[in-house]
Amino acid sequence: MDLSTTYLGFKLPHPLMPGASPLVDDLDSARRLEDSGACALVMRSLFEEQIVHDEMAQHIHLDAFGNSNAEAISYFPGPSAFVLGPEEYLEHLMRLKAAVRVPVFASLNGTTPDSWMEYARLIEQAGADALELNFYYFPTDPAENADDVERRCLAIVGAVREAIGIPMAVKLSPFYSALVNFATNLERSGADGLVLFNRFYQPDIDVEELEVVPRLRFSDSSELLLRLRWIAILSGRVGTSLAVTGGVHTPLDALKAVMAGAHAVQMVSGLIARGPGYLGVVRNEIARWLESHGYDSLAQAQGSMSLKRCPDPGALERANYMKILQSWRVTSVASPGEPERSKR
Amino acid sequence: MRSPETAVLDGNDAVASVAHRTNEVIAIYPITPSSAMGELSDEWSAAGKTNIWGAVPRVVEMQSEAGAAGAVHGALQAGSLATTFTASQGLLLMIPNMYKIAGELIPFAMHVAARTVATHALSIFGDHSDVMACRGTGFAMLASSNVQEAHDFAAVAQAATLSCRVPFLHFFDGFRTSHEINKIFLLSDEDLAEMLDENLISAHRSRALSPDRPSVRGTAQNPDVFFQAREASNPFYLATPEAVERAFRKIEELTGRRYRAFDYAGHPEAERVIVAMGSGAETARETALYLAARGEKVGVVTVRLYRPFCAKAFAESLPSTVRAIAALDRTKEPGAVGEPLYLDVVAALAETLTPGAAAPLVVGGRYGLSSKEFTPAMVAAVFAELTAKSPRRHFTVGIEDDVTHLSLRVDPSFDTETEDVFRAVIYGLGSDGTVGANKNTIKIIGDDPKRHAQGYFVYDSKKSGAVTISHLRFGPREIRAPYLIRRAGFVACHQFDFLGRIDVLEAAEDGADFLLNSPYGPDDVWDRLPREVQEQILEKKLMFYVIDAYRVAREAGLGGRINTIMQTCFFAISCVLPSDDAAERVKDTIRKSYGGKGGEVLKRNFAAVDAALANLSTVTPGRAETGVPRQPLVPAIAPDFVQRVTARILAGEGDALPVSAFPPDGVWPVGTSRWEKRNIAAEIPVWDEQLCIQCNKCALICPHAAIRAKVYEPRYLSAAPATFKSVDFRAADYAGHRYTIQVAPEDCTGCSLCVAFCPAKDKANPRRKAIEMQPQRELREAERANFDFFLSLPDPDRARLRQVDVKGSQFFAPLFEFSGACAGCGETPYIKLVTQLFGDRALVANATGCSSIYGGNLPTTPYCTNEQGRGPAWANSLFEDNAEFGLGFRLAVDAQAEHARRLLIELAPVLGNGLAEEILEAKPADDAAFAAQRDRIDALRHKLAAVSGPEVRRLEILADALVPKSVWIIGGDGWAYDIGFGGLDHVLASGRDVNILVLDTEVYSNTGGQQSKATPFGAVAKFASTGKRTPKKDLGLIAMSTGRAYVARVAMGARDHQTLKAIREAEAFPGPSLIIAYSHCIAHGYDMAFGAEQQRLAVESGAWPLYRFDPRRIDAGQAPLQLDSGPPKIKLEDYMRNENRFRALERLGPDAYRQALVEAQAEAARRYELYRYLAGYGATTEGRP
Repeated sequence: MDLSTTYLGFKLPHPLMPGASPLVDDLDSARRLEDSGACALVMRSLFEEQIVHDEMAQHIHLDAFGNSNAEAISYFPGPSAFVLGPEEYLEHLMRLKAAVRVPVFASLNGTTPDSWMEYARLIEQAGADALELNFYYFPTDPAENADDVERRCLAIVGAVREAIGIPMAVKLSPFYSALVNFATNLERSGADGLVLFNRFYQPDIDVEELEVVPRLRFSDSSELLLRLRWIAILSGRVGTSLAVTGGVHTPLDALKAVMAGAHAVQMVSGLIARGPGYLGVVRNEIARWLESHGYDSLAQAQGSMSLKRCPDPGALERANYMKILQSWRVTSVASPGEPERSKR
Repeated sequence: MRSPETAVLDGNDAVASVAHRTNEVIAIYPITPSSAMGELSDEWSAAGKTNIWGAVPRVVEMQSEAGAAGAVHGALQAGSLATTFTASQGLLLMIPNMYKIAGELIPFAMHVAARTVATHALSIFGDHSDVMACRGTGFAMLASSNVQEAHDFAAVAQAATLSCRVPFLHFFDGFRTSHEINKIFLLSDEDLAEMLDENLISAHRSRALSPDRPSVRGTAQNPDVFFQAREASNPFYLATPEAVERAFRKIEELTGRRYRAFDYAGHPEAERVIVAMGSGAETARETALYLAARGEKVGVVTVRLYRPFCAKAFAESLPSTVRAIAALDRTKEPGAVGEPLYLDVVAALAETLTPGAAAPLVVGGRYGLSSKEFTPAMVAAVFAELTAKSPRRHFTVGIEDDVTHLSLRVDPSFDTETEDVFRAVIYGLGSDGTVGANKNTIKIIGDDPKRHAQGYFVYDSKKSGAVTISHLRFGPREIRAPYLIRRAGFVACHQFDFLGRIDVLEAAEDGADFLLNSPYGPDDVWDRLPREVQEQILEKKLMFYVIDAYRVAREAGLGGRINTIMQTCFFAISCVLPSDDAAERVKDTIRKSYGGKGGEVLKRNFAAVDAALANLSTVTPGRAETGVPRQPLVPAIAPDFVQRVTARILAGEGDALPVSAFPPDGVWPVGTSRWEKRNIAAEIPVWDEQLCIQCNKCALICPHAAIRAKVYEPRYLSAAPATFKSVDFRAADYAGHRYTIQVAPEDCTGCSLCVAFCPAKDKANPRRKAIEMQPQRELREAERANFDFFLSLPDPDRARLRQVDVKGSQFFAPLFEFSGACAGCGETPYIKLVTQLFGDRALVANATGCSSIYGGNLPTTPYCTNEQGRGPAWANSLFEDNAEFGLGFRLAVDAQAEHARRLLIELAPVLGNGLAEEILEAKPADDAAFAAQRDRIDALRHKLAAVSGPEVRRLEILADALVPKSVWIIGGDGWAYDIGFGGLDHVLASGRDVNILVLDTEVYSNTGGQQSKATPFGAVAKFASTGKRTPKKDLGLIAMSTGRAYVARVAMGARDHQTLKAIREAEAFPGPSLIIAYSHCIAHGYDMAFGAEQQRLAVESGAWPLYRFDPRRIDAGQAPLQLDSGPPKIKLEDYMRNENRFRALERLGPDAYRQALVEAQAEAARRYELYRYLAGYGATTEGRP
């Protein structure tokens, strides 16, 4: 079965790849993913905020103790030995590139337009095949309106586009008030692909200690629905590549993403839970399903259930909400981990 | 001759540079001021830097200097070129091996940053008492006088030892040379290769131990042959001076720098000559040349090759016109006819003088002990003494001796500084980065081929809020001047508050520039200056500049790092470089210093540099009367000794105190830290009595006893200051009492550990806690009065506080307060708790290290007394012997108690009323019982006073021994795991009742974070710069294996009640007990405010399991080991990631880091399983918990 797809200009044997995550933090695990058939590897994001925080913490908390006591000029071995800041990330990127044959996509979250450009350039120089711009940002300032947020993103995309030559995808959160318009503008500003959607750390509350506790919950298939819908809406209406990330756990999840219009399907939680080899299982299962259902190739299914081509576009638009409520029954509640069965 | 490369570096760096390139094996052990040589060698080897033969030297850190000497001895015997670096007590520990190495005629050059040997007190500073203790070893001794010589002589020593086979001790003055930064000409690899004869290295190798040509060494010899065999080495010593001369000539050939065993400088027809070595000789030489140029017939012989002392060469170095010689020694040998160099000079002249010729008069002087300043004025005083009709045979110079009247009078106005040298004195705070920036300034200027630069840095002994004074000289010629600047054209004060307590303008010469970091702008600052400062600015017509560097730093996102800002202002004002150029050069050095730290650090510092110039203002001086005069440093109520001595030291006038001011035996009064109000906290905790849940955890965790709890009767409140806070105490047995948490505003260091540790949150607004940090300056006056009032409230009756839990313990007065420990120190809360529980009957033996420095470094010390005048009796012996030292306390206390009991039994009939029996039968176990026993001893004394007889008098003296004493042996992991382990092991096995508290920071904290065997797997530390590859030694398990010791592992920040329980159980245990206490430390690399939180994570991740092991439980059929923490709850990574010591490994290589994480996790799991198994071991069914 021909599962090939084109994503960000790369002709890939199939659409499955690990999404941005710690999955490829060590070379062993990266090699195992490649061995199990990943068509590309996406590195976790280089967070400028984290880098700045680390650098300044080191500057304030370590350097401050140096040269302050007659008996100890410093409290750590010489600074030359340390690799700090983006170098740590870039070095890993280079090692990864040397270790695997599949394309390696880097991911970046910057803070200022200058730093986005600077880091993007460094990432390109370090050999990344493509770059995901990860717009992970919480607009908490009441003075900042939606237009400001979008304009800033578009400016960054435009600037980075000018700065680098490699393909560039933009990873978005679902929280934009006019996503289709924004997506069109992103394309216009130079984005080659859109990755839907970012999953945020979700702070929880510890009621005993009265503290906010950061949590990163693994996704489940229920999270896929939101992505399916927006991919389906965007498919064919923007010219960029589309990727789904978040909620893809089963072969059918992946198939649905492709049918909605995704060119690439990224998996994280599923692979963390079941190991890198699971990617190969999903790929084989998709092939089997397509075969058993008489498809010639994956391309045939790609976008088949998008807003443009699905039999009932209204279901993807406004009416959807009402319809579900009307058909609500206790038995239809999807229990986590078993979404497919409950649907049936 | 090649065109030489120059570098700006300090003496340690200069020596290590040669030693690392010319050796194969380097065995070391950290000791101030030599540690940097070993650290640099380790860093270079870790980075793959090779020696001149292309091999990377192997650097190994040993468990002690004795170990390092043994390892070096072995490496040498096995045919390698090996070296070591050390000082002071470390050198003394090497002496046994030094005798061996010399006796075996093995080529070996070691490098010593000469430091004071501890006598009546420890001193980390420089003199020759350590190297002089090695005269008998048979080592040749080569003395360097400055940084250039230290570099050159490192090579000379190595070349000469290979040629003559006599081992060399190359030394240079600790701090004055080891830490002075100077511009020097470097010896290239080619130079070194030319100096070291390959054939001689081959000869050394061919003599090595080898099974291919076996020999036996280290035999035991009998009276028949030992003597002759010992004399057989004579020819080698006879050949040594010539070997050194050859190396000197070689270096002259290669570099043009001329050295001789004895170098004379001065008037060719000098009549008065000083003989000296080390940096003091440099000062003497400079002064002699100055005086000779003015016609005085004076000169100086600089001794370079001190052993073997070549009498002939010495005599030949003297001008024939000499009539009087002063031999100056930087050491003291009490009881000798004179100090060593003096005796050598006398003997050398006696041996070489032509019979009948008039012998010059030789006198001996001591100078410069413990880096005491030795200035041209003092040299001039010595020359002046030699003009006297009968100069004093023995004198001291540089102090005022009003007891034995040996000191020379010095004219302080004598000065040899030249006008073409730019001199700057800069006052900073340790943590503001001043010294680091000044080192960069020296490098910037020193890089200019036409300029020379020198820097020397003075630090006070505090680990928090330390004052640093930088002395910088720049000029067109080589700068020697190994003494502090007394006349400066530029003075900067980087902390406004210093003006109130330090005379920063003392060194400012007329018309000098004065730069002040001031929160007040050019229009407001004048009236805020102390009157003394105003007067000096006007009198000396200073140019006065201000900048609010803290604001600029804050705006640039640099926190409190003002160094690059002040550095830029220095360049702008001083014009030592054109100012445009200067800003760029500052940025260059920022790039070099912080380049490895990433772009943001650079960006923010660059922004700060640019903002500095825009914010610098000139101040027009006003009238002098507007300022408030400086307040006395200690209040009038302070004890006489504090007024006479301590206050002078605090004021920076310690140099002026005469001999009579001091106790001759090193015995000092306690509790002096309370008189030193340092005001170093920018913010202090403020108590919200309504939110407070009265748990006292803030007081428990405070490293400086600067936040305290008290419960008292409400009647005392009538005299309370208006802002004094008080609330009803919530405890049934204290109904009607009031409760207060009070901060000591001027003693708090602002670490905010208390705030982080406080569990009481405002339910409606959990951001607020029962204590919050607020700016100190506005609170200072009111809280000072509140704290004074708080202290005046009576302490609660210990006997009545039945519940000694965490809360209750904090109502006991801390007998350890306001130490100089780091802000947020993780060690001191344990010590403080011990003093609260047992301080009134404790003897403390303290190993050298952080705890001995913050525990006993002048000017003020923290151990203090309770209302009855009792408190911990504290002493530091050495680093290596602390367990034995403490055991000695126990033996003495027991012996005296036994003697007293015997006398009491004898005298019982005289005393009557059963008093003796009561005393003898008392086994006090709690505070009430101890109080009762003390009452009985008082009654005993009262009765004894009325009786006569020698036994009665003896019992009077010994009666206090009848109150049981608590012996504490305290030290860090460097002591317990490494250098003192042998003694610790022995004491644990002794069965004697001592309490050993190991403050485990997992590195040698005091000397700058070198790894110890307590360092955990994967942590980056000095000598483990790529992460430690072996697990932490399990000291607790070893101690358990003695079967006689109580052992506990605690972490106060994680489980304070377990800590308290363990400490109380350990004290009550009638044999040896060991408490291993997790102590967070600045060497772990994170904000110490989170120290307690990290302790919690350490315990929850399994990195630091908590337990108590009581061998008595075995008899009760219970497992002796009780685990007090459960299986790991969180990932080890969640603990490790927060600390730079672990994170640094990730930066070195993520794979290595992850591998380390996996191994560390496995190790933690293994250890937990082992403990869990042990916790079930030995228990019978019914005893199982």
